[in-house]
Amino acid sequence: MEVLTTLFWIAVAVSVGMAAGWLFLRVLATALPGRAGRVFRSAPISAGFGMLVILIYLLVAILAPAIAPFSEREVVGGQFLPWDATHLLGTDNLGRDMFSRLVYGARNTVGIAFVTTALAFLLGSVLGLLAAAVGGWLDQVLSRVVDVLMAIPALVFSLLLLTIFGTSVVTLILVIAVIDSTRVFRLARSVGMNIVVMDFIEAARLRGEGLFHLIVREILPNASAPLIAEFGLRFCFVFLTISALSFLGLGIQPPTADWGSMVKENAVLITFGDITPLLPAGCIALLTVAVNFVVDWMLHRASGLKE
Amino acid sequence: MSETDKPVLLRMRDIHIDGRTEEGWQPIIKGVDLTLHKGEVLGLIGESGAGKSTLGLAAMGYTRDGCRITGGSIEFDGIDLVKATERTRRSLRGRRIAYVAQSAAASFNPAHRLIDQYVEGPVVHRVMSRQEAERDAVELYRRMRLPNPEEIGFRYPHQVSGGQLQRAMTAMAMSCRPDLIVFDEPTTALDVTTQIEVLAAIRDIVAQFDTAAIYITHDLAVVAQMADRIKVLLRGEEVEEADTRTMLSSPREEYTRSLWAVRSHVSPAKPRPAPDAVPVVSVRAVTAGYGRMDVLHNVNFDIHRRRTVAVVGESGSGKSTTARVITGLLPPRQGQILFDGQPLPPDYRQRTREQLRQIQMIYQMADTALNPKLRLRDLIGRPARMYLGLKGKALEERVRELLRLIELEPNEFIDRLPSELSGGQKQRVGIARALAAEPRFVICDEVTSALDQLVAEGILKLLDRLQGELDLSYMFITHDLATVRAIADDVVVMQNGRVVEQGPKDDMFRPPHDPYTELLLSSVPEMDPDWLTRLLAEREKGKAGAAADA
Repeated sequence: MEVLTTLFWIAVAVSVGMAAGWLFLRVLATALPGRAGRVFRSAPISAGFGMLVILIYLLVAILAPAIAPFSEREVVGGQFLPWDATHLLGTDNLGRDMFSRLVYGARNTVGIAFVTTALAFLLGSVLGLLAAAVGGWLDQVLSRVVDVLMAIPALVFSLLLLTIFGTSVVTLILVIAVIDSTRVFRLARSVGMNIVVMDFIEAARLRGEGLFHLIVREILPNASAPLIAEFGLRFCFVFLTISALSFLGLGIQPPTADWGSMVKENAVLITFGDITPLLPAGCIALLTVAVNFVVDWMLHRASGLKE
Repeated sequence: MSETDKPVLLRMRDIHIDGRTEEGWQPIIKGVDLTLHKGEVLGLIGESGAGKSTLGLAAMGYTRDGCRITGGSIEFDGIDLVKATERTRRSLRGRRIAYVAQSAAASFNPAHRLIDQYVEGPVVHRVMSRQEAERDAVELYRRMRLPNPEEIGFRYPHQVSGGQLQRAMTAMAMSCRPDLIVFDEPTTALDVTTQIEVLAAIRDIVAQFDTAAIYITHDLAVVAQMADRIKVLLRGEEVEEADTRTMLSSPREEYTRSLWAVRSHVSPAKPRPAPDAVPVVSVRAVTAGYGRMDVLHNVNFDIHRRRTVAVVGESGSGKSTTARVITGLLPPRQGQILFDGQPLPPDYRQRTREQLRQIQMIYQMADTALNPKLRLRDLIGRPARMYLGLKGKALEERVRELLRLIELEPNEFIDRLPSELSGGQKQRVGIARALAAEPRFVICDEVTSALDQLVAEGILKLLDRLQGELDLSYMFITHDLATVRAIADDVVVMQNGRVVEQGPKDDMFRPPHDPYTELLLSSVPEMDPDWLTRLLAEREKGKAGAAADA
């Protein structure tokens, strides 16, 4: 019986999600004029759902102080209070409001993950495309450096670097960005290599185009589809890495609210059959799925794939 | 040759096929009837997009992904292929209906030996045991005149040449002795000299086993050699159908006549340059190659102002390498390139912007030569902006002028992407991009070989007109001698990286020739349906004569 109830609720959640995604697409399609509207009309429901979820996360992150009833670091009651009207999701191990911390966590975790991914992409794709366009010794040097960095397991390496450089937010962003940029570099380089051999690149070289024009105007637009797809995946990985590091105590430092460390701090509650500590994990999972839905759709559009 | 007394093998009635596009289902074939008798060869011709391949595949009861048969019936020997179950259709394919694709290289599985792929059909359909099939393969390889028929089956696809692969593919299609073979442009990707061998082998084997065939091609001269009857398609509809001789001598429809007339374009002869004139480009004693291998050996020729020099030869003869040396992509080991009598730096990176501007290139594959993410405004505008410093209004006006020059309506086309153009239009854009630099010398690398004859004809006429208007000199790389006849003033024949013969066009098409030029010239298919038979007989006689002399 219990299994059936669970299945029922899962079915309800999925259909509500689909309905919301569909509705969101309709609204976008009618609200936006011309070309943009048409794009959304043909988008799959999953993409609509993903965009809706991302939008909600963004709003929550931006409007965090307005939404959260309490501050993220203020002790407002006893430890591990159950869910009630004042503390919607109860309180944590120190008596801070769980709901408020979840809301602020969106701001901290998502914000840092986004900045880190953007940085990793800037670094990785610029260097990767440069290596593809120039070739020769520059390519050799960059590729070998990347090989060396990739030879060390990412999590162990970032733990090591964070221990050396300390655990401020800035070092966290820089360390993860550099480590992740190696993966982006490999992708950008291999995609770039395939584009560099095309006739239009030869034509551009023969025209006397400079390196900057070659990369930005000729190569990058043609490499964007796989890079966008990688951005989505990479964002999720970075997100998970930060959460994992926080869980291990080397990520975002308390008392700043962060979803990864929130799981760790309240993990003891799981023993008593309370699902509260899993909520931050659920938030991470939901965002990850949503981002991938959107990226799948963008990749589909950019590459003209048929199903 | 009338075949109507033989029983009907395949009958298609009012076939409709739709294809899926972004705007929904669009008709590709709009009600075509087709009747094929046992042992008869039907030629299907038309431009690309006419629906030839779709119709050919439908004869097997097959449609490509994203296509569906929406009406009509396909009756093969009493079985309705539209209504038949997938199981029935599959039991026919390979066994009684076979298919030979355009690119044998892409159709063979590169991971298996030829003979393993040959025996698959007969064994799956339980026609022969594996040993029998292997013996049979050797026999058919011999009949297809493949060298070393006993051993060639044990090679992998990449170890045999393109022409041999296409013959191996035909042998494979023959393995179950089918009643019908669909040939989809089997020789389009081959050189003229190789094409002859494949055509002759296909024709013989089809006749020997009395197999019916549908032969799809856009080359009229080829279809004239192969088919008993010809059906002309245009945009999914039949234009006309008649037996080959009637069709060639007295086509009924205007469209068919226009197809026939394509090869008649010949540029008027120009006065020969003065003996003391300085050539625009001269290639002086160039030896060049990749790695340690020399691809070009002591190549010399001149290109004079307002003249078109055609460089001909089969693939691997060094035509494109010569172009790479002239553009500076491949610095020569010895020799040099003179422009207006002044030596050019061997590497393009050392050339000045002005020197780069003077030499422009038009590529064979417009698909890869145009950046797919740029709109025509930027594609064509970029060289004008770079070399001539045009900006804003002036730049836009120049792009529009260039579009008008290549006969594309500016308002309609200026903001399109290359993917929104047809093959011929893309090639025109390639020309416009070259002209935007206002060059004096343009290298055309097989610019028409990927295009249909009608479209190619339009491109050649355009290039011819532009030469006069803009004072251009062309180097025209091609393996198609019809193109040479149409546009060239001078001809350079290359073989194995050497120039074997050169001179004005009129002299080149008049004997005596270098033996290689002779072979090349005689291999160009002619519209006469007896041409192949006659040519093979002549070559046979020549060989017998040579043997007798020895």
